[in-house]
Amino acid sequence: MKRAGRILLAAIVSVAAAAPWLAPNPPDRVFEDLLYAPPTRLRFLAPEGFGAAGLYIYPQRLVSRLERRFDDDRDRPARLQWFTDGRLVTVPGAQGGPLLLLGADRFGRDTFSRLLYGARASLGLAAVSTLLALAIGALVGGVAGYAGGIVDDLLARFTDFVLVLPAIYVALALRSVMPLVLAPATVFALLGAIFALLGWPIVARGVRAIIASERERDYASAIHALGAAPSRILLRHLLPAAAGYLGVQATLLLPAFVLAEATLSYVGLGFPDSVPTWGTMLQDASNVSLLAEAPWTLAPAAAIFMVVLAVNLAVQGTGRAPVQLEP
Amino acid sequence: MGRFLARRLLFALILVLVVSSASLLLARFAPGDVTAQLGPFATPAEIANTRARFDLDRSPAAQWLLWAGRAIRFDFGDSFLYNRPVRGLVGRAAANTAALAVVALALATIVGIPLGMFTGSRGGPAAAVVRGASLLFLSVPPLLTSLFLVFIAATTRLLPAGGMTSAGVLDTEWSAWLLDVAIHLPLPVLALALPIAATLERLQSQSMADALHQPFAVAAVARGVAPRDVIARHAWRVSLRPICAVYGLAIGALLSGSFVVEFVTAWPGLGRLMYEALRARDVYLVSGCAAMGGLLLAFGSLIGDLLLAAADPRIRDAQVGA
Repeated sequence: MKRAGRILLAAIVSVAAAAPWLAPNPPDRVFEDLLYAPPTRLRFLAPEGFGAAGLYIYPQRLVSRLERRFDDDRDRPARLQWFTDGRLVTVPGAQGGPLLLLGADRFGRDTFSRLLYGARASLGLAAVSTLLALAIGALVGGVAGYAGGIVDDLLARFTDFVLVLPAIYVALALRSVMPLVLAPATVFALLGAIFALLGWPIVARGVRAIIASERERDYASAIHALGAAPSRILLRHLLPAAAGYLGVQATLLLPAFVLAEATLSYVGLGFPDSVPTWGTMLQDASNVSLLAEAPWTLAPAAAIFMVVLAVNLAVQGTGRAPVQLEP
Repeated sequence: MGRFLARRLLFALILVLVVSSASLLLARFAPGDVTAQLGPFATPAEIANTRARFDLDRSPAAQWLLWAGRAIRFDFGDSFLYNRPVRGLVGRAAANTAALAVVALALATIVGIPLGMFTGSRGGPAAAVVRGASLLFLSVPPLLTSLFLVFIAATTRLLPAGGMTSAGVLDTEWSAWLLDVAIHLPLPVLALALPIAATLERLQSQSMADALHQPFAVAAVARGVAPRDVIARHAWRVSLRPICAVYGLAIGALLSGSFVVEFVTAWPGLGRLMYEALRARDVYLVSGCAAMGGLLLAFGSLIGDLLLAAADPRIRDAQVGA
């Protein structure tokens, strides 16, 4: 279980890293005649007079724009082209493309390619926010645990307060008081800052407890007696004791931040639509009447599920054997 | 007990005050104001009138003082968006959210706790299946469950895909209205309850296993108490402590989750109202929603504490003594 989770997580990260190579189409390329087009069916066939057997597709033709009906152009089978244009597999538009593995969205863009590029934005933002939250939390918690006294009391009160608040409302309020339309890079920085702000108190609380108990140990007194500066004692000697705790917190924060981005973008307060992220892609799924006809708009939801499942498996795989009461 | 309640009341008061004041000021300092809702052809005089009506022509501090003075008398100002007093709007939305949250929590408890007791006390394929299902549902937060359930509702047409009532049902009798709400309720409730049920199952399972390992449980088994009684009478009560502690925190998760669920399934609750208010810069509606949310939170965590005290006498003594 644990290994399955790790492998899944590694696979998702590598897919995100290799997105430009794996994606059959550019993520922002609009196919005007393929709005909400269904996934292209792959066919293993050798059409007459068309050469060797292999993977082919039939190009999709628009039949009715109003009813969103498409049919296959059976006269022009197009062969999948591997390792061309710096892509793993693609079908150029001139030769019967595009290849839409997961259909198209409301602007006729390739859902599969956007999903791969979206992994970069969604996971990247979550990773940056997690690191930021861990860094701030470790620092504040470390100082509070080491110094004790008033700083410690204030931190405890503050974290109690923050823990009670429903995080998504705070994120919503903080995001919506900023200008609603912002450049993608600004949104990235802003969301990263908001997420880190929401995440650090929990981290700080745990680190504080660990540092406060480590401080009383003999090795800490010994370093102190040797004349090490407080900052050195804290950073070099005490904080490493919290490393395991920080790792666990990272696995809690990362999925939470992926979800927070998806939620904010879904309600229209995250990234602008031009940026492919899992949240902005989910906006297509908010159209209930189309959802039944175009289930592939739920693909980002499946991707989020995979990330959360992978992290959960990696962490919780260590199931203890239940006690046997019956003989 | 009196001192404990007094302290919780004070905490609730501070929470509501801080949260609503902070959101009032946040909404006030946000770029743009509610006059944007008047449209591009509003005359300067109309804009000035609107600003004056919502105290936007005063300094933020003066506005806060005015608002706080009225809020003490339970007058939370008017909403621009709905052109009605905030109090009624917010009360109604909070009732809808609370109904959703309470039903979801009850369902999660009824499903999660017994299953957790089962998987925590025995092995075998059935327990493994429940554990696997739990792990699966832990990975499907409310955003995903609600989208998925809406998708199912849209394809099968067994349940309405969104909203709290059908159009036109308001004119009918209250029994018809109640029935209509009951048909709309399962989808958002399930979306909210499934992940919580999975969490409760996992927690109960672990703490049950821990309790069964403790000497008192072993002693009970040695005395010849039937295994079922050891689980249901002896171990369960002890294993409840971490569960009750989670109920106190669950209210925050419940509100967070209900925001998404309300948004996806168009449930007219506090989350949607807050979102609309924030986007329109409807300052008084924002602070009213925040105050109501704070009240729900304080109330929820109070119930969590009381549950904890009921389950564990040691906590009760500590709280009364404090």
